[in-house]
Amino acid sequence: MRESYALELIQKDKRIDGRKFDDFRKIEIKKGIAKNAEGSAQVKLGNTEVMVGVKLNTGEPFSDTPDEGMLMVGAEFTPMASPDFESGPPGEDAVELARVVDRGLRESKCIDLEKLCIEEGEKVWCIFTDIHIINNQGNLLDAAALAAIAAVLDAKMPKMEKDEIKRGEYEGPLPVKFKPINVTVCKVGDKFLLDPALEEEDVIDAKLSVSVRDDDNICSLQKQGHKELDVKDLEKMIDIALKKSKEIRKMLK
Amino acid sequence: MKKSDVKLISNGKRIDGRDLDELRPVEIETHVIDRANGSAKASFGNTEAICSVFGPRALFPRWMQESDTGILRCRYNMAPFSVDDRKSPGPDRRSVELSKVIRICLEPAIFLEDFPKATIDVYIEILQADGSTRVAGINAASVALADAGVPMKDLVTACSVGKIDGKLIADLCGKEDNYGEADMAVAMMPNKKKITLLQMDGILTKEEIMELLDMAVKSCEKIYEKQKKVLKEKYKRVIE
Repeated sequence: MRESYALELIQKDKRIDGRKFDDFRKIEIKKGIAKNAEGSAQVKLGNTEVMVGVKLNTGEPFSDTPDEGMLMVGAEFTPMASPDFESGPPGEDAVELARVVDRGLRESKCIDLEKLCIEEGEKVWCIFTDIHIINNQGNLLDAAALAAIAAVLDAKMPKMEKDEIKRGEYEGPLPVKFKPINVTVCKVGDKFLLDPALEEEDVIDAKLSVSVRDDDNICSLQKQGHKELDVKDLEKMIDIALKKSKEIRKMLK
Repeated sequence: MKKSDVKLISNGKRIDGRDLDELRPVEIETHVIDRANGSAKASFGNTEAICSVFGPRALFPRWMQESDTGILRCRYNMAPFSVDDRKSPGPDRRSVELSKVIRICLEPAIFLEDFPKATIDVYIEILQADGSTRVAGINAASVALADAGVPMKDLVTACSVGKIDGKLIADLCGKEDNYGEADMAVAMMPNKKKITLLQMDGILTKEEIMELLDMAVKSCEKIYEKQKKVLKEKYKRVIE
């Protein structure tokens, strides 16, 4: 019922919660929400709530990048967040979300991984970024990506003593160079809108997630949704994302 | 070997001697698996994908059935021997994501609403991987769907484009994928130029993306001709 009402409103250039098409819901970013994590953040987009924790461990590097730290991103759609989520191993939506967030962080080269090498080929820092969905009221991807970069910015390097990590003692921040922002642009009929609420999400034809770096370079694209797009649509969607990403980045301190 | 040490273009030619927008030799074959309702094999140089299609067929368990439409299920899988270092068998996170995006990229082309309560199953297996495996899989899958006689609005044609050594190129091979600056997979229904899959990672400006999309559309048109030719020949054989 609410879905068809949402669609009816969009066709009349209105939205179910009174926002403009290019408005996000209220964004709240809170850092340092998990004391035992090296970095953490909570992001709220309206009532959508996502938590991200960053943990650092040491490990053996990949053979093709022996002098670089490792970055891993995982996501769990906890069953508490929505009646549609079930417990068990991550489903395809959780895997896709984690991999899109991963590409945003990795391809933007936002973390200087070469500075995270301890001993070439032997020992490097591994950054585990784990996304927890707490409440799903739509647009999980943008919320998760924002929480992930906020948590990375919050993260501190643990102190090492005689090859042992001293938990709870830190020496300086993670080497972060860029702040990639993910903006998902949605197409409904011939309208484009941002930050869909849950009811709107069900009536979307197609989406494009665009991850934008501080220098306006684009570091990842992912088309989602069940309908097709024209090249012209794509150009328009990228423009919208470029513009919005600047606004959102200002909220990251 | 470090990323920055690898030179991918010299004298305007790529490591395998191709021009920037040149595709590797494309081979498509249809009806390669007898037990399947439809099947196809597609290769781009050393990248080879095989695909079989079953259905439309009844969907069980019953609770999965949709009363007003059929559903499409896709599985993208890499054979353990398809890569340099053996890949442990079974789904990993990459193949779970690719199975989903491939399903979404084929769905718009199929008249699924004509088959309520049924399923169409698409199984893609990568036999040899040398870059651009997902697009090879998609090209094989859409020919296999047509071979199975599934009613479609258009074929789905896919190709990869990207950026290496600062130049924009089409159809990345494995090395170009690993050491390049960006790669982008594009799938479309060529008749009306409708994009059904777009994935990019790497660093590109908006202008470069638009240029690459244009290159992808042109490359897809070449592959589309090949797909149509293969299917036409198949029916010519049947008539004879």
